[in-house]
Amino acid sequence: MSAVYVWIETFHGQPLSVSWEALGAGRLLADQFGVPLTALVFGENASAVAAEAAAHGANKALISDDATLKDFRLEAYAALLTKLVSENAPKAVVAGATSRGRELLAASAADSDSPLLGDVLSLSVDGGSVTAERAVYAGKVLSENAITGGTTMFVTVRSRAFKALAPDASASAEITTVAPALTESQLTTKVESFEESVGTVNLTDAAIIVSGGRGMANNPKDAPSGVTGDQASAWKAQDGFANVIKPLADVLGAAVGASRAAVDAGYIPYVHQVGQTGKTVAPDLYIACGISGAIQHQAGMRSSKIIVAINKDGESPIFKMARYGLVGDLYQIIPAITLEAKKRLGK
Amino acid sequence: MHVIVFTRSTPDTAAKVEVNSSGNVSWGDAALVVNPWDEYALEEGILQAKAGGGKATVIAIGAELHGEALKHSLAMGLDDAARVWDAALENADSLAYATAAAAAVKKVGDVDLVIFGRESIDVGTDQHIYQTARKLGWTMLSYVSKILAVDYAAKTIKVERLLEEGKQVVTATLPAVISVMKDINEPRYPSFIGIRKASKAVIPVWSLADLGVSLPPVNAQVTKFKNLPPRDTRFELIEGTPEEQAKKLIDRLLEEKVL
Ligand SMILES: Cc1cc2nc3c(=O)[nH]c(=O)nc-3n(C[C@H](O)[C@H](O)[C@H](O)COP(=O)(O)OP(=O)(O)OC[C@H]3O[C@@H](n4cnc5c(N)ncnc54)[C@H](O)[C@@H]3O)c2cc1C
Ligand SMILES: Nc1ncnc2c1ncn2[C@@H]1O[C@H](COP(=O)(O)O)[C@@H](O)[C@H]1O
Repeated sequence: MSAVYVWIETFHGQPLSVSWEALGAGRLLADQFGVPLTALVFGENASAVAAEAAAHGANKALISDDATLKDFRLEAYAALLTKLVSENAPKAVVAGATSRGRELLAASAADSDSPLLGDVLSLSVDGGSVTAERAVYAGKVLSENAITGGTTMFVTVRSRAFKALAPDASASAEITTVAPALTESQLTTKVESFEESVGTVNLTDAAIIVSGGRGMANNPKDAPSGVTGDQASAWKAQDGFANVIKPLADVLGAAVGASRAAVDAGYIPYVHQVGQTGKTVAPDLYIACGISGAIQHQAGMRSSKIIVAINKDGESPIFKMARYGLVGDLYQIIPAITLEAKKRLGK
Repeated sequence: MHVIVFTRSTPDTAAKVEVNSSGNVSWGDAALVVNPWDEYALEEGILQAKAGGGKATVIAIGAELHGEALKHSLAMGLDDAARVWDAALENADSLAYATAAAAAVKKVGDVDLVIFGRESIDVGTDQHIYQTARKLGWTMLSYVSKILAVDYAAKTIKVERLLEEGKQVVTATLPAVISVMKDINEPRYPSFIGIRKASKAVIPVWSLADLGVSLPPVNAQVTKFKNLPPRDTRFELIEGTPEEQAKKLIDRLLEEKVL
């Protein structure tokens, strides 16, 4: 029997929340096609994650926790997905448009010569024909795309574009264990080591983002003696990210973002970068601090629902995008906001 | 030994892009540039060809305007360039492009490494990379931030990959397809002599017949481009002392229900 498959992405055995959104998108397709929604869970902890997927709307689950699937390795994962697709001819395969989701679905779509719509913002199904919207040219333009044939369509969904279904802890799914498609000796890659970065950020899932730019270097605090020039600027900005931006982000439950200027100057690691060559984000609230709002930065944050700009230069282009503008020194304004937010949010 | 880098032209990142009255995407008179992520791929292609004592070839799949990215690549110092184009590729999907890309790699022959940039900044979601690797049946290593070791004789490679969660070290066998991050190197600027040489280069165009490949059916298509819905242009300047500004802002954000 046919189905709509949703790949439930995990990292170290923990599911990513975008996978529940992918199940939400999958539910739309499954109902339209009148087929069950099947979660695919590969790797460690698969049966526990499958139970969570059931709570998030999956009717069935295909799981495989073979040792070859412990780390995400494209060849192992794609071979299994492609095998399941060719054996069962699902109507669709859906996943979150994360780096692994995009890679896996693109690979398996290629293996099976199937159509792929990557990183979609919306899906509409009309009597069997599926169309989707995507953001192109750094979000400056939208494209409408259609699936015009093929047995199985592959779709990756952008974080926060689809709603997860309300979890129902009493729901259960029929779980089937499947064997991996390849053995260790058939795999050409080997993971030698992994070093987790400290303070990982999940910008794309965040409902609120507080970002800092080059303006972070204008910290009134003095750098330690002997630290001068660019080093002093970097010290001041790093101190500002840690002691001014981060406290506000913590009160608001927000993730910390940055402009490329801040990243390139070494104020903060690249994983925080928002923009054309960083992350594309669409939070409910984006607070830009000491960021001028260059077009490449806008490319990454223009779909934010509410933008707040804090900048000492009232002429900065960021104010053209903002719903609320605060002209002034971020080093005076942000601590005041943090204090006020603590009071008002009862923290 | 041979290294292949794929690239193409994209409108400059600062271009004002919009859909014109005939429904086409237009970037006015903004310049075309090499897809910015690909500069790292091109630099790495030059470095790896040198290290392996081989040649670096750059390939673009696309209409004539992508020839500009190839000229830039030659000016940077890649050895050879080719453009793949065929009427059948017009409006085709990534699957078709990847099929053509893999066939082009096979045509060059003796290739150990194919290098892509991280993604294209215009229409891309990086899918061409992975699909090309699968069409070749080669190892795929994405988000490579460092090549730690490579042995073209023993056909092994060891890389560091930059994942969302941290850094992963992977060993793999060659031939492989890799996509590279910006930390991997410092792309060089084209030299004056390089630019002169590139401007004189005649870049061959390979058709699908030249590649001896036929395309899978195109079942994913763009039906229309649209401008963004108009932005909410309401703007409120929040004034006062920092304390007053903070209070008013929190008032507003609570009213908007985003806190
Ligand atoms: C190919 C390409 C890709 C790019 N990709 C990206 C990208 O992904 N993301 C990105 O962000 N950029 C990107 N850029 C860079 C972009 O063009 C800008 O250079 C960058 O965004 C500027 O960062 P900024 O706003 O922090 O710095 P600036 O433009 O220098 O702005 C700093 C701002 O801080 C304000 N300021 C200073 N001190 C204070 C203070 N004490 N209080 C309040 N305000 C203060 C200033 O008024 C100014 O407006 C890219 C560029 C290119 C060419
Ligand atoms: N038609 C093409 N010709 C050559 N390279 C391409 C083509 N399309 C995409 N690429 C490259 O493939 C990578 C991923 O692109 P994309 O899949 O469009 O995000 C980038 O390095 C692009 O430059």
